[in-house]
Amino acid sequence: MLDVTKTATAVEDAVALPADPAPAAKQEKARSLWGDAWVDLRRNPYFLVASVLIFFLLLVAAFPGLFTSASPTKGDLVRHFLGKPELGSIGSEGWLGYDGQGRSVYARLIYGTRASIIVGVTVTAIVTLVGGVMGMLAGYFGGWIDALLSRLTDIFFGIPFLLGAMVVLQSFVERTVWVVVFALAFLGWTQMARVMRGAVITVKHADYVHAAKALGAGTGRILFRHILPNAMAPVIVVATIALGGYISAEATLSYLGLGLAAPTVSWGVDISTGVDQIRVAQHILLWPSIMLSITVLAFIMLGEAVRNALDPKLR
Amino acid sequence: MADLSKNDEAVAAAVEAPVGRGEPILQVRNLKKHFPLTQGIVFKKQVGAVKAVDGVSFDLYQGETLGIVGESGCGKSTVAKLLMNLESATAGEVFYKGQDITKLSGRALKAVRRNIQMVFQDPYTSLNPRMTVGDIIGEPFDIHPEVAPKGDRRRKVQELLDVVGLNPEYINRYPHQFSGGQRQRIGIARGLALNPEIIICDEPVSALDVSVQAQVINLMGKLQDEFNLSYLFIAHDLSIGRHISDRVGVMYLGKMAEIGTDEQIYEHPTHPYTQALLSAVPVPDPEARAHRERIILTGDVPSPANPPSGCSFRTRCWKAQEKCSQETPLLAIPQRFDGLDTPAAHLSACHFAEEKQVVPVH
Repeated sequence: MLDVTKTATAVEDAVALPADPAPAAKQEKARSLWGDAWVDLRRNPYFLVASVLIFFLLLVAAFPGLFTSASPTKGDLVRHFLGKPELGSIGSEGWLGYDGQGRSVYARLIYGTRASIIVGVTVTAIVTLVGGVMGMLAGYFGGWIDALLSRLTDIFFGIPFLLGAMVVLQSFVERTVWVVVFALAFLGWTQMARVMRGAVITVKHADYVHAAKALGAGTGRILFRHILPNAMAPVIVVATIALGGYISAEATLSYLGLGLAAPTVSWGVDISTGVDQIRVAQHILLWPSIMLSITVLAFIMLGEAVRNALDPKLR
Repeated sequence: MADLSKNDEAVAAAVEAPVGRGEPILQVRNLKKHFPLTQGIVFKKQVGAVKAVDGVSFDLYQGETLGIVGESGCGKSTVAKLLMNLESATAGEVFYKGQDITKLSGRALKAVRRNIQMVFQDPYTSLNPRMTVGDIIGEPFDIHPEVAPKGDRRRKVQELLDVVGLNPEYINRYPHQFSGGQRQRIGIARGLALNPEIIICDEPVSALDVSVQAQVINLMGKLQDEFNLSYLFIAHDLSIGRHISDRVGVMYLGKMAEIGTDEQIYEHPTHPYTQALLSAVPVPDPEARAHRERIILTGDVPSPANPPSGCSFRTRCWKAQEKCSQETPLLAIPQRFDGLDTPAAHLSACHFAEEKQVVPVH
């Protein structure tokens, strides 16, 4: 068609006009949301503190032997509840005292990190992934997919958390960390699915989503470029707060005798025994609780920093 | 343009053709969109339908601007969504160069989208707040990679920014760092990126300040000349509708009430609704204001879920008679003007169409 070629030349003419569109801008690299977020994060003290803490915790979880030479399971009843913290000799076997069976509290703290971090991080990751995908599909597609997934979510939501976890855990002969992870994730994804579904429903009617559709964008592009970045903020907040909840849920299950059992070392196991002995020896409850709080705080700070970095308005 | 020759009658049987414009680029025929009203939770029963768009027909020609005016809720924006295939039509056809686009999907639809683009009403919600301006304007190239080679895209985005009057250095900024007018320019640049032939503008300036409205409207006029664009310009502001449009269609309750060139509609309206609408436009000249006649309509717009029988405007029309409730008036040149060489001889959906002098807006 004649008109089309005309239009094309018109464009070229217009294009030829600004021959030199600001040389300074040309050199500057094209930026994107994630790139800008990273630049912002590297300068954010909250992010730096949280990263250092999390890096340190992961290091302890991976190589507990680097931090103590004492055994977390070898007890000597002579040292029953012995030695209230002697902060002078940092890092020695007994500097945080001994527990009821004469085991080093410090060694148990170090060796317990692995189980607690695995439970907290993997349950959060699985729950965010499964719940996020479920919520996104239900929210975006609506109709019968939403009806089906939402009712499924309701069914799982209806199961009391502890009761459900008991049933799941009882059905396993050997209760390793991974069984606990499975039990918590199996019952925990519903919360994330609901948050995600709500966020997606608010975002999907935005004009910029219609604009992307009008351009011919596929479902994948709409979901991952437009809806997900704008629906992620509440999910990040809920996920980081829930992370601490999962570590303490593991503690609760251990306390009920359903979580990790005696030979396994975890903060949860120690917290639950510490609760029983609080009037005799407070330090058994104190130290694992402090570690739990620091871990949760680190992840919440990380989540907050990431959420803010991904919102250009808050930079 | 205003003088409609008799030879055009054949085309005018459906919708008039302005002289010398050739084939229409977009033909809309009896387009309908009914939103179902359902009752019940598990077993949804349809109890009715909101007839948002109920049989709209018009043509859009290459390089022209067709304004669609009407009050809130008359179905203007739904027409835009239907043309963009953002909603699926209940009935009717939209022909782009002879091809019905309402039934297209997949690759064929994507190809058509390259040629029909949209500028949205609200510049505050139509730009993704988490994308840079470069990503927003460059997205069309990501979706249609054949338009611009990869290495060339950044330059193209900067050129588009320049074309719409923004500094090309703003490429790495985010939408919240711009004012409303600047954001709408970004939206226009996104619409232009694929070098479309038709741009559907859904009240593109109604969210902006009056002073900024003029800038954006003038920019759009400039771009139309530059790129030979056809605009479908939806507005509720009659003066803006007149300023930018070559032809104007007036909508009421999902139907086209009257359509003609801007002179025909604004100075020689024959449909009572158009006359009432025009009489409500503020007149800046106090002298003229004293002499004009205000037509005050009584009652509310009927519900589009339960429109009146016959002519949908009859419940508020001062000319309504028995015939109006029984026969739906067709959008056609009124018989009394048919064949006459008068500006009143344009399409009007009224049994009793007649010219009435209302103060013209300029």
